[in-house]
Amino acid sequence: MTTRPIATTRSATGIPTGKLAVWWVIVSEIVIFGGLLASYIMHRLGHPEWAGYASHTNAWFGGINTFVLLTSSLSAVLAHHAAEQGDGKKAAKWLVGTCFGGLTFIGIKAVEWTIEIQHGYTITANGFWQFYYTAAGLHALHVIAGCVIMLIIANDARKQLELQRVELIGIYWHFVDIVWIFLFPLLYIAK
Amino acid sequence: MAEHEEHTGHGQAHYVRIWGILLVLLLISVLGPVLAPHIEDAAAGAGAHFLKGWMIVILTAFGIAVYKAYLVAANFMHLNIEKRYITLLLTTMLTLMLLFFAGVSPDVMKHKGQNWENVAAEAEIDRALKAQESNAHSGEHHDGAEH
Repeated sequence: MTTRPIATTRSATGIPTGKLAVWWVIVSEIVIFGGLLASYIMHRLGHPEWAGYASHTNAWFGGINTFVLLTSSLSAVLAHHAAEQGDGKKAAKWLVGTCFGGLTFIGIKAVEWTIEIQHGYTITANGFWQFYYTAAGLHALHVIAGCVIMLIIANDARKQLELQRVELIGIYWHFVDIVWIFLFPLLYIAK
Repeated sequence: MAEHEEHTGHGQAHYVRIWGILLVLLLISVLGPVLAPHIEDAAAGAGAHFLKGWMIVILTAFGIAVYKAYLVAANFMHLNIEKRYITLLLTTMLTLMLLFFAGVSPDVMKHKGQNWENVAAEAEIDRALKAQESNAHSGEHHDGAEH
């Protein structure tokens, strides 16, 4: 007897339930990150002194990390492409590559934060740095969570199991990428 | 399969092409603030005094960020072929965020109004700007660490 997971076969919207759930996670994340970024923009526009604080962020670190995340997004969508063709092993390889991109991002962030903290720019320094560490830190937590989930899915995909999940983690990963696309100009470019 | 991919625009080559566009846009957004003063000077020299450096930064930083996000959402998240329900869901949430911004921003961005004044915010801005100016004169670069 074969069994099929109920969650992937029922949905009133015509969208597979797993995918629908991921989209609902993302819209709830929009409220979290959107609220945070909207609050940052309000304070940034209302406090002219924040321009001086923002001038100490390093656009090169931010730019390199943007490159890393954009490239990892390409890797994630190629994993989805391989999964659609039924090639679980190839999908798993692309997912591991995506995860490598995520870990590189975290590594660069660790170096960047270490330098900033050594210069006295800590989370308690002022409102700008509080937003900086909160927004970038929350984003980094999402990157780490994405990497963990991705490795679990890659392990299944390697055995040709649950290939539909490759697309789901990809959608989440691209969202994390989009959040960074907005964090980058807000924290690193607008000075 | 290849024909289908070409038709839907979701083949491997398509994804690599989108990634290439994203990298070019990233380069422009990094170079924007560097080139903005030069472009402003050149524009002023050509008589286009309306073009300011901050406009170029806004366009290259945030205009391009919006376009990059669109490219990722449409092509990598496949919103361009996803059911309309998802687009409506996302649009609703983004509208709520705009509503939040519109409702709260006057209290945060303004420091005084009719019958109210945010004395603490005004004092902090005054103190921080003076400290930054003083640090600039003394060559000190640690103004971000001030409490």
